[in-house]
Amino acid sequence: MRNRLIFAGQFAFTLAVAAFLIVPAILSMVAGVTANYFRGVRSGLTLQWVMQVWELYADTIARSFVVALATLGVTLLVGIPAAYALYVRGGRLSRAIEEIITLPLAIPGLAIALALLLTYGGFSNFRRSWLFIVAGHVVFTLPFMVRSVMAVFSLIDVKTLDESASSLGASPWRRFRDVIVPNARSGILAGSLMVVTLSLGEFNLTWMLHTPLTKTLPVGLADSYASMRLEVASAYTLVFFVMIIPLLVVMQLFADGEGRQVARR
Amino acid sequence: MTLKAFARLCLLPLAVVAIAFFLLPMVRLVITGASSDMGLSAYTAIVFEPRYRATLINTLLLAAATTTATLLIAFITGLFLQRHRFPGRAVLVAMLTFPLAFPGVVVGFMIILLAGRQGLIGDVTLPLFGEKLVFAYSIEGLFLGYLYFSIPRVILTIMAAVEKLDPSLEEAARALGAGPWAIHRDVILPALGPAIVASGAIAFATAMGAFGTAFTLATNIDVLPMLIYTEFTLSANIAMAAALSVGLGLVAWGILVLARSFSGSTIAAAG
Repeated sequence: MRNRLIFAGQFAFTLAVAAFLIVPAILSMVAGVTANYFRGVRSGLTLQWVMQVWELYADTIARSFVVALATLGVTLLVGIPAAYALYVRGGRLSRAIEEIITLPLAIPGLAIALALLLTYGGFSNFRRSWLFIVAGHVVFTLPFMVRSVMAVFSLIDVKTLDESASSLGASPWRRFRDVIVPNARSGILAGSLMVVTLSLGEFNLTWMLHTPLTKTLPVGLADSYASMRLEVASAYTLVFFVMIIPLLVVMQLFADGEGRQVARR
Repeated sequence: MTLKAFARLCLLPLAVVAIAFFLLPMVRLVITGASSDMGLSAYTAIVFEPRYRATLINTLLLAAATTTATLLIAFITGLFLQRHRFPGRAVLVAMLTFPLAFPGVVVGFMIILLAGRQGLIGDVTLPLFGEKLVFAYSIEGLFLGYLYFSIPRVILTIMAAVEKLDPSLEEAARALGAGPWAIHRDVILPALGPAIVASGAIAFATAMGAFGTAFTLATNIDVLPMLIYTEFTLSANIAMAAALSVGLGLVAWGILVLARSFSGSTIAAAG
């Protein structure tokens, strides 16, 4: 009896926490397709707000994808070789480098953005282009790519693979291209999902780095929260959810699959 | 080409990116912080200037409150969800971790929908008390926002740690006659210690440095990130903004390093 009471109490508490997290998200999804939120769903469902968001903010949505893909490209090119080198070299220096590139996770985005502005604010062509935002996003997302690839290296015993390829006479570059990268696929994919998700939602840096002509989706969101009616802001948030949820689901499935693979080993 | 040379080549792009877009800018930030008339004393202003000190204390208190509340909530729910199997459990876990990818701005909007002028809490309290309860645009709203942001992350860490607990320890304690309260206090809590310290540090550092939620809720909430932002944009006091953000960065980083030396794993702030 006492155990049942404790169970019921914990269950109710957990439900309340889940409600706190999920109810506002549902409210916003409903508000985005409600004709008049003040009068409630009775006022009818409509897609007019979503259409309006499309007219007003389609460019921010497109730009966010461009920025995310460019960020992904750079983190792949920089991150995979770096992860490989850091892993095979090992030692104190490698750990120090890893430590330095992980720093941007601990330092608030506001500080990094300010630092970038102070350094590159004078280069007006760079500062005005969307590439400036990519620079910020790369600094912030790179550690996720490097770590996720390094994590796979420690799982697949990359050193043995590398050595056997080497004893067969393959050059370092061929080993990297034909042995290391294909074997690190799962880590590269996990890192990529993370990088794209983070870049699509990044606000702290982007708000400082953007110009009126280089607004991204989260910047547009903040804009709409401040100046648009609640229905439009909600519809915009709904668009963001629709973009980000598939990524989250794939990431989750992927994590589960990984877990099973590791368990099988 | 030897492997050593190849490894060095592999690190080259990383070195270029890290130096150009992180290390050099950071050095520039630190130099700029000391470039005002105040010189180096700009760095101590965060402690000695009464207005800045008040903001710093406010921010620390808010972060401490967020961390305590988040840990308490996550400990109860995480332990519960990992210990019991019941229909609908997977859905509940999914609901609790769904907001993981929300940026701070979206979290701010969630709080407006809950406690804003057209919010749910206002709608419920109006018929009950004859008055709309609206607190989204204050420090209480920000607290709720940081709670919203931190709960999913901390729950995941706690659940992972509970899964790794050795059940034989609890059985031994039970066999030795310990009650459920004593088991929780003397066996489970210490075993979860590293996870609690690590996730608590992340929650704390995030609550100190997060900008998006505060920005969405109101520009006049008195916390450090908003102070830096207004110093930079409204007062154009760039040197002070730089000095304050170096201070904020050091505090956030210091807390994570401290927590890591306790828990022995790499951790990172978010948001």
